[in-house]
Amino acid sequence: MTPLVVAGLQKRFGGLAATDGLDLTVAGGELHAVIGPNGAGKTTLINQLSGEIRPDAGRIEFQGVDITHAPAHRRSLIGISRSYQITSVLRGFTALQNVAMAVQAHAGHSFGFWSPAARDRALTGPAAAALEQVGLAHRAQARADELAHGEQRQLELAMALATRPRLLLLDEPMAGMSQREAENIVALLAALKGRYSILLVEHDMDAVFALADRITVLVYGRAIACGTTDEIRASPQVREAYLGDEEAEA
Amino acid sequence: MRDARRAFPVVFLGLLALVPVVAHLTGEPYYLTVFSRIMVFGLAALGLNLILGFGGLVSFGHALYLGIGAYAVGILSAHGVTSGFAHLGAALAVGAVAALLIGLVCLRTSGMAFIMITLAFAQMFYFLAVGLRQYGGDDGLSIPARSAFGPLALQDATVLYYVIFALLAATLYVLHRVVHARFGMVLQGCRENERRMIALGFPTLRYKLAAYVASALICVLAGVLLANLTQYASPAYMQWVVSGDLIVMILFGGMGTLLGPVVGAAAIIAIEDVLTAFRLGLPWGIDQVVNAHWMAILGALIIVVVLTLKQGLYGWLVHRAARAG
Repeated sequence: MTPLVVAGLQKRFGGLAATDGLDLTVAGGELHAVIGPNGAGKTTLINQLSGEIRPDAGRIEFQGVDITHAPAHRRSLIGISRSYQITSVLRGFTALQNVAMAVQAHAGHSFGFWSPAARDRALTGPAAAALEQVGLAHRAQARADELAHGEQRQLELAMALATRPRLLLLDEPMAGMSQREAENIVALLAALKGRYSILLVEHDMDAVFALADRITVLVYGRAIACGTTDEIRASPQVREAYLGDEEAEA
Repeated sequence: MRDARRAFPVVFLGLLALVPVVAHLTGEPYYLTVFSRIMVFGLAALGLNLILGFGGLVSFGHALYLGIGAYAVGILSAHGVTSGFAHLGAALAVGAVAALLIGLVCLRTSGMAFIMITLAFAQMFYFLAVGLRQYGGDDGLSIPARSAFGPLALQDATVLYYVIFALLAATLYVLHRVVHARFGMVLQGCRENERRMIALGFPTLRYKLAAYVASALICVLAGVLLANLTQYASPAYMQWVVSGDLIVMILFGGMGTLLGPVVGAAAIIAIEDVLTAFRLGLPWGIDQVVNAHWMAILGALIIVVVLTLKQGLYGWLVHRAARAG
């Protein structure tokens, strides 16, 4: 069953159409990249998929179930996990505690009043494993607000992975990273590819073309093209609207 | 640091346990009353701090729950019901229902709106109490005898003192478990970044509501004890100033810890007591000035502590002890 089907999605902010009749699918195990200039509505799309804002019209299906009106926390529980463009972690918690919260969110209710969560192997075990996976194990005991920017981005990913999602929504996971940090993330995403369905919003074109199975090009909330990396590269429409500028700059 | 954090609660509670002994030896039963009062307000501040310090929810209306506890004792006593179990049961039941309903409304908001709406609810109950003519209205009502808990003779100030002490110590221990358990971590997570917690899959409202009700019930318990201590139930217990006092105690002692608010309550009440009874025989009538304007002096002290000691008085004490040790 196709993990994600988006049909006729609409979202307006006042007179501005942030999402304008968008159709999109993410197939099982596919890495689907969404690119587009600033203000194309990429983050708005992710926010609608994760449930943080509601679309005005259209339909979102996750594994055959209509989730258009499901609240954000429920979407996370059925397997949609997201990361944020602007780092959003629990700043006063350690890296390990951050990921442990993600594990706890998916480990039944949290009305546990007596046993210390810090000594709960059912939480810290998977949390440590997720930190290991993103290469942050050595910083497990550091407070999140003491981590370097790139490390916080890695932490975001670890939190997204720790919920054992079926669909990952990644909003510019490489934003503001150094070349080397970005390469690490690309390597990590390449390793994750195929095991998760991934919707990737990213500005780093090298990364997108290296990783994506399919690419959707978003301009003013509309998908002006959708296809394989080769098709997108060859599309005159895309070159004109978007890629042309990038290449001219480069 | 860790050792100091462990040692301090033991030392602090140990000193509190010795107060009746000192009071008897020095023949100053007055200390019993002051320290009973300190522990009652310490308990209320501890309860409020569960949502304020650990949940990031600034309730400006928790005096309401003190009032519910006190009036449960007052009203039942006025009708001849002297059983402490009835007093406590009624107080907790009414408190739970009120907190559940009020919490459901207030927790739909956050930030400044939350502060204002909690204040509004407390004011509603304050005027409700003032309007209760048959129960003393403005003046409140005096309680002829303290709650009767079987063989526990609360009429004896020392027994009452140790009952309050035991409840405070038990609440400290239970909350210590709670804030480090799964529930407490969710609460602290909401303080750090609620949006992220929702995205992680937590239905945060139900956890915040549970914490709000628990926090309210601790204040209800403090209210029951306050009524027993003063043998009086007054609308003044529900005034917004009292809600403010609780917040000041928390800030003064330090909101990052459980014991901080209790230390804050002790400091504020002790300072108030010292300043209003200031008799050092200083020249130019300084004593009288201090007695009359103690609030100004306390205010200045609060500003200094809040500005200079980021962790509050308790955090500073622990930090100092850790460095010395």
